[in-house]
Amino acid sequence: MSKAKANSKPKDNVSPTVRIYIMGEAKDVPASLTIMKAIEYAGYKLTRGAGCRAGFCGACATIYRKEGDYRIYTALACQTMVEDGMYLTQLPFVPAEKAKYNIKDLSPSAETILRYYPEVARCLSCNACSKVCPQDLSVMDYVQYALQGQIEKATEASFDCVSCGLCAIRCPAEIPQYHVAELVRRLYGKYIQKYPETLDKRVKEIEDGVFEEGFKEFMSMSHDEIVEKYKARDFIDQKKK
Amino acid sequence: MKFIRGYPEAMRKSIDNVNKTRSKRIDEVIADMTLEERDKVLKSFHPDYKKETKENIAWGPNKGDLVPIEVASILNAYPTVSPDTIDLSKVDYDVGVLIIGAGGAGTSAALWANYSGVPEDQILVVTKLRHGDCNTIMAQGGIQAADRPEDSPLIHYLDVMGGGHFTNEPELARALTEDAPAIIKWHKDIGAIYDLNEDGSFVENPGGGTSRNRMHAAKDYTGMEIFRTLRDEFNDLSIPILEFMPAIELLTDEKGKITGALLYHLETKQYFVVRAKITVLTTGGFGRLHVAGFPTTNHYGATMDGVLMAYRAGAQLKHLDSTQFHPTGAAFPEQIVGLLVTEKVRSLGGQVLGYDGEQLCYPLEPRDVEASALIRCCSSTENYIETPSGMRGVWLDSPIIEEIKGKGTIQRDLSAMYRMFQRFDIDITEDPILVYPALHYQNGGVTHNKNCYTSLKGLLAAGEISGGVHGKNRLMGNSLLEINVFGRRAGITAAKEYKKQTAKGKLTLNHLKTTVTALDALNIKDKKYSPILLPEYREEAVQNRLIQLYEEIR
Ligand SMILES: Cc1cc2nc3c(=O)[nH]c(=O)nc-3n(C[C@H](O)[C@H](O)[C@H](O)COP(=O)(O)OP(=O)(O)OC[C@H]3O[C@@H](n4cnc5c(N)ncnc54)[C@H](O)[C@@H]3O)c2cc1C
Ligand code: FES
Repeated sequence: MSKAKANSKPKDNVSPTVRIYIMGEAKDVPASLTIMKAIEYAGYKLTRGAGCRAGFCGACATIYRKEGDYRIYTALACQTMVEDGMYLTQLPFVPAEKAKYNIKDLSPSAETILRYYPEVARCLSCNACSKVCPQDLSVMDYVQYALQGQIEKATEASFDCVSCGLCAIRCPAEIPQYHVAELVRRLYGKYIQKYPETLDKRVKEIEDGVFEEGFKEFMSMSHDEIVEKYKARDFIDQKKK
Repeated sequence: MKFIRGYPEAMRKSIDNVNKTRSKRIDEVIADMTLEERDKVLKSFHPDYKKETKENIAWGPNKGDLVPIEVASILNAYPTVSPDTIDLSKVDYDVGVLIIGAGGAGTSAALWANYSGVPEDQILVVTKLRHGDCNTIMAQGGIQAADRPEDSPLIHYLDVMGGGHFTNEPELARALTEDAPAIIKWHKDIGAIYDLNEDGSFVENPGGGTSRNRMHAAKDYTGMEIFRTLRDEFNDLSIPILEFMPAIELLTDEKGKITGALLYHLETKQYFVVRAKITVLTTGGFGRLHVAGFPTTNHYGATMDGVLMAYRAGAQLKHLDSTQFHPTGAAFPEQIVGLLVTEKVRSLGGQVLGYDGEQLCYPLEPRDVEASALIRCCSSTENYIETPSGMRGVWLDSPIIEEIKGKGTIQRDLSAMYRMFQRFDIDITEDPILVYPALHYQNGGVTHNKNCYTSLKGLLAAGEISGGVHGKNRLMGNSLLEINVFGRRAGITAAKEYKKQTAKGKLTLNHLKTTVTALDALNIKDKKYSPILLPEYREEAVQNRLIQLYEEIR
């Protein structure tokens, strides 16, 4: 890798710095920054590569190598600190098609998975997907569970996925794992997870107007009356003094 | 500096205090504040009550309202485009329903417009960054709904009103609480996952200001689970969406009715013109304005564009004087200062402690009260903890959760929090979390009624952009609820309007002329321009070196 020279060292900067390479260009940045803040520190105004800035949206998928190290690393730029010698680039977009289905017409089975994502059967069990996952999920395991129709296990293993798409870019079998995981979870949520009985009962009560009178009364109350009602609430679930 | 398991050695002394008092605190209950005590701590310590952080809106329907300086500076700024330079005769997208902002409110509005009979090719959704960059996806703690027999929408209603200090619009608070169970049912119908107990009932926890346990959650990824389910359903229905295409102004006809919007391509810098029969504004909140200098929990694009666009077109605003600071933003490590530490940590039993390891207050006060109590500790007592960079904070005792609810609870129910701190070598099952309030939620905004009609013809609004639902203080779990309740209602109303046999209106930017005239009359010295679309985080040294190679059109 060619080493471009840093053009400026931050002056009168007391905090220690590290040298990173943003798309090849050397920059000395405070060692205390996240990759995202370091890129901004270096002068970039992000449009792609930043979203929630807190580790939830997956917009900031980042790929890097380190000086003297052949391995490819990945990270969420908003949740990872800079290190000396990082050669960084961000993924602006992940080309990976999501299958379309009507969730109401499906069954929670391996056949469903294979109908919409037949490429799942091509999984080589190479584990490259798990290695790149910045959430440290066992991606390969959930793909295998999905292939076997073990929807609950696949759901558990994929639940913390932030859909950054790094797995889908790395996969030699060209599987869009994170889209498969979405189908898996919706199948679980709709067909396998128990359905709490309280819900339909309450929805029906509301439709039947059971609370109509109560609301009417509240709406006609003066400010002071509603304050009194509020103060008089009981707390049956919580420890209170 | 020496670090021991993620914390500087100097902070360990106070952590020892926390460890020592823990067993005694397990059954210790601190009394919650009376309404009078709440009032006192708010007035003394809440940033909303500090005059020096406020400024007047200088023109328009809310002229004279005292709002945070950062909010005023957006509303009192000049438009970035001049009507004369825009050709509105060529319509790029001609649709029935335009939805601006694809967070939770926008996405559910699109779904319900389509469910209610608007064909997908008559809907257009535009959003600032990716479909998924929004506050919704970051919500952690939960969503409220009164579905248990020992709870009811009426009790939920009282909690909402009291939490908002009785400044809420009653009909909106009613819609919020009365629709709630049906929203959870809808989510289950399209395959969203909620945490359940062994017996198949919902796991329901308390939240600040709730008198019943009714917080439904999906671990601490509740917003992510709800949002990705809505987004997957949205894609299944093939509803068109334009990403990286924020709206920068609304369009109006000669009578001021909203007739579409002007879009800006963030990458090619072109503008595009949309004509629509009905427009829905769902652009979310304003955290990235960093009100009163606070760090924020919000996503990158939360810059109040929607409120501004509507205001320029003449919309009535409400409650923008009140701002929500979340009691527990991260205060250490420096890299994540301001990021949210979900209220669910307290729902599960986490306590708020001072330097001495003793509880500071009842941990589940309404948010503004709790935040004020924390600020009180850090600004008027010596009982705070200081970080190496000089930031003050208090402890949120997370390890106690494992003692109350059992080992493994944190990794199971708070896996996002566990992971976030683990990345910085802090194990929150062993050590407490340092917290300080962070800018969290835009309490006020555009007014609308229960069917999402705003004060402007042709314009609906829903979600965090709105003002009135929560009054001057929102409770945890009522915002994820709001965006679904009013997103859905906006979609249904949009469909109704779409089906009316009215012609689409003319497209003008006349309201910008009115705006400029009003602003000119103020003789503002330091002219600013808005919307800003994204906050500025480049170093000053960089900004001073920027040059404009092509003449800017203005
Ligand atoms: C960290 C965090 C945790 C939270 N936790 C909870 C919780 O546990 N429970 C709860 O009830 N609430 C919670 N909230 C609050 C809740 O998530 C939000 O208030 C709610 O999701 C807002 O939804 P929305 O659709 O109105 O806005 P958003 O979800 O923010 O969506 C707005 C969208 O509009 C886009 N946009 C903005 N400007 C423009 C423009 N000019 N043109 C086009 N598009 C634009 C934005 O990019 C964004 O995609 C939390 C909020 C945060 C930040
Ligand atoms: S910006 Fe959303 S995960 Fe990093």
